[in-house]
Amino acid sequence: MSVPADSAPGAPEIGVETPFQRFRAEFFESWIAAFALGLLGLIVVLALLAPWITPQNPYDLGQVDVLDGKLPPGSRAYTGYTMWLGSDGAGRDLYSAILYGLRISISVGVASGVIALVIGSTIGLIAAYAGGRVETVVMRLVDLQLSFPAALIALMLVAVMGRGIDKIIIALVAAQWAYYARTVRASALVESAKEYVEAARCLGLGHARIVFRHILPNCMAPLIVVGTVQTAHAIALEATLSFLGVGLRQTEPSLGVLIANGFEYMMSGRYWISFFPGIALLLTIVSINLVGDQLRDVLNPRLKK
Amino acid sequence: MTVFIIRRLLQAALVVLLMSLIVFFGVNVIGDPIDMLINPEADQAEIERAIKALGLDRPIGEQYLFFLKGVATGDFGRSFIFGEPALKLILHHMPATVELALTALILAILIGIPLGLFAGLYPDHPVSRAIMAGSILGFSLPTFWVGLMMIILFAVVLGWLPATGRGDTAVFLGIKSSAFTRDGLSHLAMPALNLALLKISLVIRLTRAGAREAMHQDYIKFARAKGLRTRRVIGVHLLKNIMIPVVTVLGLEFGNLLAFSVVTESIFAWPGMGKLLIESLLQLDRPVVVAYLMIIVVVFVIINLAVDILYSILDPRVRLREQGT
Repeated sequence: MSVPADSAPGAPEIGVETPFQRFRAEFFESWIAAFALGLLGLIVVLALLAPWITPQNPYDLGQVDVLDGKLPPGSRAYTGYTMWLGSDGAGRDLYSAILYGLRISISVGVASGVIALVIGSTIGLIAAYAGGRVETVVMRLVDLQLSFPAALIALMLVAVMGRGIDKIIIALVAAQWAYYARTVRASALVESAKEYVEAARCLGLGHARIVFRHILPNCMAPLIVVGTVQTAHAIALEATLSFLGVGLRQTEPSLGVLIANGFEYMMSGRYWISFFPGIALLLTIVSINLVGDQLRDVLNPRLKK
Repeated sequence: MTVFIIRRLLQAALVVLLMSLIVFFGVNVIGDPIDMLINPEADQAEIERAIKALGLDRPIGEQYLFFLKGVATGDFGRSFIFGEPALKLILHHMPATVELALTALILAILIGIPLGLFAGLYPDHPVSRAIMAGSILGFSLPTFWVGLMMIILFAVVLGWLPATGRGDTAVFLGIKSSAFTRDGLSHLAMPALNLALLKISLVIRLTRAGAREAMHQDYIKFARAKGLRTRRVIGVHLLKNIMIPVVTVLGLEFGNLLAFSVVTESIFAWPGMGKLLIESLLQLDRPVVVAYLMIIVVVFVIINLAVDILYSILDPRVRLREQGT
């Protein structure tokens, strides 16, 4: 794994490497991580461009024909084009449905990841900075929540709140904020004991400014790592809940919903309706996890050579 | 010590109370069970009678107090669908879930430890790399999708194993289980393996890390220097020391297995309490949902409490830190 850093020869100033360049070079040292990042980029681009690159809009009734239902992969559709991944029970082209499903799955995962990150890290920062009773209470709450698996908490909350995209996001945020809070609090405790924070205090800066402009930027590295991994978790969790029929509705067809729809056809050997959405889900989750793993290795100062 | 345990007990009781509040009020907001449960063609008088019978006409606070009293006496109300007491219904489904979770736990140990040991002893062997790649996959793959693929492969394509249900059960030593019949075992194999996958990956990682660490310890070197056979060094000296963290973690993970069986049971139509929960959720059978959630909360609180107390007995620092704050 001693591939020379690709940025070095082309760098404008020889010998002076910006932190970002160094980070980039270290990240791409592992070809697996590079490949995963490329794959993830491709998946996101495909999802974003879905309406313009799919042969049909699977949720426009005018473009879907029931006569095309349950066609095996590679069949020719009634309307002319080839369905490379087959079609589902309602005659939707699976390739199109998967790209549309990816949009929903990724949006839910990223939205809940970002909201949980903001809420969790704010709480964690405040706990670490305030200390004392506030910290004790907050961290007790975090410990309490982390003693239950995230999947169980999400399941309980959807059981309580019902289905739908907004409720799923709330459930995922509630299930995951504690991971961010714990992470941020740990590094914020270390940071707030450092001299630059002391200096900022002496300058008479406000608490909010010290916490968000001085401490937070220095806690970003572990936060990014946890964020990637938790986003992958959120996507998998949403798919699981949707598959069980307690997540998203049929009108919000994420990958989990697509897989659930294919379940009833599986016993008759029509594997592709569940199989291909599952592969898409799998590639998404695995690529995010691999990128997260590499980020952890690169950003963790203890693993530095 | 006693103070510590009493404090922990109080804390646990508080958690259960808090959860009961969240669960009960939340579940009562889900939808209108009147629409779901009463025949739409029923006349007004009949609807009124049904509402009274189900206790839905009282104010929600009163319903909660009533519910709390019920919880204390083990009475969660009757299932709207089955007409049986919710607790009885869940306890009736519990053995199947426990059987599944226990089998998964055993599988995790039987498969995970040898693989992890191999990967730890020969870290550069290609097989070890394959094992570790497999364990990463095991962590990343969504359980439910793996379950579907297992059904396609083993039930539809190969036709080796039945796809759904629990199969025949037999009574042995007073325990009714499907592990005692051929048919039952063939039904148990796939769901148990599916549920075990995540734990297998976990055990592989723990064992590997433990083995790699222990290989450089003095007691291993000493055992070797004594001239013991490799098999004995690994089988007795190494394994004994690796087992401690593995067993601790797996004990903690048992509650996790019970909770995750919801997914596996739904896929394989395993008649346990997880499947019951999902069916009750979809049919808005509130007493059963509430009872399930409360039972699982209590199970988790008890497991955590037991672990906390055990740790504080084993490690006095935990107890002292507690008193410090």
